Amino acid sequence: MQNLKVRKILILMVLGLFLLPAAQAALRVEITKGADGAVPIAVVPFEILGRTTNTANVSDIVATDLQRSGKFSPIEKTKLIATPKDLEEVNYKLWRIAGVDHLVIGKLKVLKPNQYEVSFRLIDVFKGAQVLGYQFAANDSSLRGISHHISDLIYEKITGQKGAFDTKIAYVTVERKQGVQPSYKLQVADTDGFNSQTVLNSTQPIMSPSWSPDGSKLAYVSFEKRKPEIYVQNLYSQQRDKVTSFAGINGAPVWSPDGKKLALTLSKKGNPDIFVLTLATKKLKQITKHWGIDTEPSWSPNGNEIVFTSSRTGKPQIYRVAASGGSPKRLTFEGRYNASPEISSDGRTLIFVQGEGNVFKIASMDLQTSYIQILTDGPLDESPSFAPNGSMIIYASTDKFKGVLAAVSTDGRFKQKLVLSEGDVREPTWGPFRK
Amino acid sequence: MKLTKIVSALMLAGLLSACSPDNVKDGDAAADDNAQSENKNADGAQTGGLNGDGTAGGTALSGATVSYEKSAINDANNVLAEKVIYFDFDSDQISADFQELIAHHGKYLAANPSMSVRLEGHADERGSREYNVALAHRRAQSVRRLVLFQGVNAEQVSIISYGEEKPVALGHDDEAWRLNRRVELVYEAR
Repeated sequence: MQNLKVRKILILMVLGLFLLPAAQAALRVEITKGADGAVPIAVVPFEILGRTTNTANVSDIVATDLQRSGKFSPIEKTKLIATPKDLEEVNYKLWRIAGVDHLVIGKLKVLKPNQYEVSFRLIDVFKGAQVLGYQFAANDSSLRGISHHISDLIYEKITGQKGAFDTKIAYVTVERKQGVQPSYKLQVADTDGFNSQTVLNSTQPIMSPSWSPDGSKLAYVSFEKRKPEIYVQNLYSQQRDKVTSFAGINGAPVWSPDGKKLALTLSKKGNPDIFVLTLATKKLKQITKHWGIDTEPSWSPNGNEIVFTSSRTGKPQIYRVAASGGSPKRLTFEGRYNASPEISSDGRTLIFVQGEGNVFKIASMDLQTSYIQILTDGPLDESPSFAPNGSMIIYASTDKFKGVLAAVSTDGRFKQKLVLSEGDVREPTWGPFRK
Repeated sequence: MKLTKIVSALMLAGLLSACSPDNVKDGDAAADDNAQSENKNADGAQTGGLNGDGTAGGTALSGATVSYEKSAINDANNVLAEKVIYFDFDSDQISADFQELIAHHGKYLAANPSMSVRLEGHADERGSREYNVALAHRRAQSVRRLVLFQGVNAEQVSIISYGEEKPVALGHDDEAWRLNRRVELVYEAR
């Protein structure tokens, strides 16, 4: 009986390993808090030369990306004072009077079905000149990615900071329907939620995805064998390795910045503690040893330290310990519930979940001054993850009690929700820059 | 509410059964829950012997019976029908009421070494997910300690923690959260 069941699950799992393209329109982006002082920018609808059925609208994608960053306020299409297609058509004086700092114009040329040429120009209105211009070859499957890449180029030119629009996010969804087993899926999608692909599906929980630093693999926890085990899966070859399956908890895997190790939580000695697993040798080193709960490790960007959640003082608080082990130092003192820490890529900011009563919010702490800022409103916000450029934080939130993905700018000024049409979404984790 | 009633009924039943000479030892052990070392000595075989005749049952006032016969685990009227232990928020402490219930399960397992139990730990949705896995694991460990206390063979008891991943109540209020903070005892024949 049990065997049969397991075999059925295994078959499902094997099927689940293939990347299944999911519906594209299953998503709604909601800007929940706008930012004051965002740079006004006009993204003029791109001229489309030829006929195409591709629904990806390059200029819309770019405008939405820039707005999602919280650093730009794109002018609504209907309020544009002009729609120049070429550089010669731009009336700089007009745009200056309108108070627009930057202008994006461009073209999508349909060469033949599934073959496009996309070009854009970024114009500095005050300089009265083009400051950036590129042309790309694209097909149906690359068009959205190229649109995000254009957003990255514009973002970097204006802010001086590398853009993170053309990256991926991973997350877990669960669908519960009466009378059938729940369906858990590990998914990978563009940062705006489009192009989602199922990496794994299972009738048992999937948890805690973590990106390898080169973006080619995910580590995660799967309960497919009716116990938690940590797997590493290559997203391209779909090869999958089980890396730990000890008695008790196998949880919270997080890749080290050099990609050679996983920090994780094991309870094989009776109690949840932090360990570091060297992937090549399978050598395991215990980092923390305490009767309380130690879990949710996360690496400092230089790989020398690990922050983690511990209940050693009774309630969950955040601690820091050398990645080689040693005695942990407590980092959070405000609030009764601080958990799920992550450090920004510049090493300056800690983000985490702060709970008070029944309300859980995402908070950040300046690691030099210990100044804490509450970034979100709750009530059940969790799993914060930095964009690779540190500008945004993606996290799990709720929308009428449905699990949704949300993002907030690191300064807390701008918020948005990504509402997927089916199932609960949780545990988003932002992938690295594209290599 | 219902549980308190059952438990008090059971305590009465326990007293009754303690009166029979065969169960004196069992009664002593139950009366001295804190004497860990003493109870550790009461190994599975011994405790099994005490209850092996299956006559240790008494009819409780609520209708729940106490029997550690192998089939008792499937008897809806037996005290063992209650197979879920509930917890406070962010706590792995077991309340007095549930200590009684766990003791009954421990005695059953001790009497039936061919049975094993899987303790499935769960948490409510509040707080972070991996912390909840660890918390629910500790809840299951707390239950396991009390089960083993009755002289159960350690191999009969396994633990799995699901954290907040498998709620029984899908609501988002105090009542749903209360129902989800639990350890489920799942029996299997070995």
